[in-house]
Amino acid sequence: MRLTPKMTPYIKDFPPKSLPISSIDAIPEPPLHENFPFNKELQQVLYGKQLLLENLPHPLEEIHQHYVNGYITYRKGIIKTKNKTSCARCGNKDSTLFAGFPCARCGEKECTYCRKCIMMGRVSECTPLIGWSGPDPAQELTRNPLMWAGTLSPGQQIASDQVRQTIIENRELLVWAVCGAGKTEVLFEGINTALASGRRVCIATPRTDVVLELGPRLQAVFPGIQVAVLYGGSEDRKLQAPLTIATTHQLLRFYRAFDTVILDEVDAFPYTADESLQYAVRQSRKEHSSMIYLTATPSQKWQKECRSGKRDFVTIPARYHRHPLPVPSFKWCGNWEKLLQKDKLPPAVIQWIKKRIDNQKQCLLFLPKIEKMEKVLTILRKTYPKIQAVHAEDPERKAKVQMLRNNEIPMVLTTTILERGVTFPNIDVAVFGAEDRIFTESALVQIAGRVGRSAQFPGGDITFFHYGKTEGMVKARKQILHMNDEAKKKGLIDY
Amino acid sequence: MIINCLICHEEILSAVSWSTLWSRPEENHICQVCTGKLPFITGETCVKCSRPFRTLEPQFREGDTCIDCVRWNHDPEWSEILDRNHSIFSYDDFLKETIARYKFRGDYVMSRAFSPFIREKLKNLKFDCLVPIPLSPERLYERGFNQSAALILETGFTPAELLQRIHSEKQSKKSRLERIHHNQVFKLLNINIENKVIVLFDDIYTTGSTLYHAAKVLKTGGAASVFSLTLARG
Repeated sequence: MRLTPKMTPYIKDFPPKSLPISSIDAIPEPPLHENFPFNKELQQVLYGKQLLLENLPHPLEEIHQHYVNGYITYRKGIIKTKNKTSCARCGNKDSTLFAGFPCARCGEKECTYCRKCIMMGRVSECTPLIGWSGPDPAQELTRNPLMWAGTLSPGQQIASDQVRQTIIENRELLVWAVCGAGKTEVLFEGINTALASGRRVCIATPRTDVVLELGPRLQAVFPGIQVAVLYGGSEDRKLQAPLTIATTHQLLRFYRAFDTVILDEVDAFPYTADESLQYAVRQSRKEHSSMIYLTATPSQKWQKECRSGKRDFVTIPARYHRHPLPVPSFKWCGNWEKLLQKDKLPPAVIQWIKKRIDNQKQCLLFLPKIEKMEKVLTILRKTYPKIQAVHAEDPERKAKVQMLRNNEIPMVLTTTILERGVTFPNIDVAVFGAEDRIFTESALVQIAGRVGRSAQFPGGDITFFHYGKTEGMVKARKQILHMNDEAKKKGLIDY
Repeated sequence: MIINCLICHEEILSAVSWSTLWSRPEENHICQVCTGKLPFITGETCVKCSRPFRTLEPQFREGDTCIDCVRWNHDPEWSEILDRNHSIFSYDDFLKETIARYKFRGDYVMSRAFSPFIREKLKNLKFDCLVPIPLSPERLYERGFNQSAALILETGFTPAELLQRIHSEKQSKKSRLERIHHNQVFKLLNINIENKVIVLFDDIYTTGSTLYHAAKVLKTGGAASVFSLTLARG
């Protein structure tokens, strides 16, 4: 695109002396003309977003008039400095994910574009990202939108108060809550306060299934509030809602949109692995905003920051049912890979499984790799034909998990895909090959967190079968013991 | 240097052993897995349009020609227009998705995933000019590049821009009959093509209508023969 008042979207037809946006060093930001009769529809579409020209149905001239009058901002889509190129929309800096092409729009022979976020429409050097700088859209305020009759446990109450205070003061807070602590309820009061004061709130999580679960749950407790639910392929896309539930991927669509961002499962894949998602979270926040991080398993770095006082945090060390977390026991099982090659399993593992199946106690067995899992499945099926296995690419994943829930099958073998998010009321869990580096401290804490979730069955067994203890295993156990200790000291467990 | 696959972004491993497997190691743009997914047209095909017979019901075939080509041949207005179409791939879901990313999302560099196969095909064709099917100015602005011209360019040839589009409605919204019978959408630019052998290039051959119309303009303009090459046969 070229920046001149009279623009026609045809090549070879640029007004003389017009320039592609990439050739303009600093894009001027005209002051706001308060008397300009701005288009409310444009305000609705653009507020808190950054869009491409082709995302807007409005004529170019209308858009540009809003720019001239200070209601719209243009940002360069691709930022080039001496030796670095980055994408302003997704934060991509990886040189292998940029390419160039002879561009019919700007006429440059090598117009650089970002391949990382291309599925949202191509951002190239001559693409302006269009944002809103006019007044915020008017919002109807509800004085007390929360409709929830439940009560918080003492541990939850402490965290809830801190969340609320953090939101009021536009600060950051990490809520470190054990698996099964009841994290979601801890957010209600804070969100209530935010919404009542006209703040826009977003709950973001790396996982689509969590979005799907949280959407209806929050709509139920905030019945008078519009809740936008966004994930890849969802329809709510254009909604300007006071409360948004989104996957972290979807945050790439927002720009300075939220007064409060609550990020669930900060430590989960793909958020930790993908820098562009962290960039997306930063971009989606307003300049003055609050940030709440939720996790059961903060990274080593964050744990250190908490201990040294560099990061504000609050823990919920106990589950809502006031029973301690089941503590993993370690069982050495020798060179199990060698045994597998001979179609055999370590006796300790066989016994563990047999005991569960004989007593009709359902169980999950975590394995480090799909191919190992397939092997173990073949061996076990000789004795127990009903056993199933799931992995990330398994199209029948949901159905198999449901079969376990319905008690139709005694046992499921799984990769780390079931390490979090899924809850079975009464289940024993083992990790086979716990020394594999895929089983990090946090993965193991999450896996152990599957056991004893319900108040009816608060106990259960968690065993790590290994061929050599790892730091991850030891730290995971230590973290669980530490949480139980803390909970005991604070009087949060009774048993 | 690490090279990532243009289609799946995975690292292309062991480039050294590749060179022993592949004759063109310098064109290592896609990985083995993605290469394996490419639906090369093999076996018996329609002699006129390269439609694979393997997936075609027998009633849509007459001898060595498919029924669509029989129809084109029977129409005196069209029978001598397009000499022959060559296509490289079937238009299956994988190719559909890959072409969509290339053309509609505008991931220009994916043209290099296809260019080695186009070059290979062009080796067997003799021609004076390689002509891309043109886009309307509106569509060209929208996409930022002409997907057919880009493929020619990345294959190492110079696209001969001989045609111009005079209509710009979307092809995909029309029925076969409409596509075949609507008025001419192309016009020849003021260039002498007397007695030239021309290869038209497009990304997909669906009904053939686009290519037949373009070929007609070229034949009327004096071209000796007009062949076509498309990436996919729909």
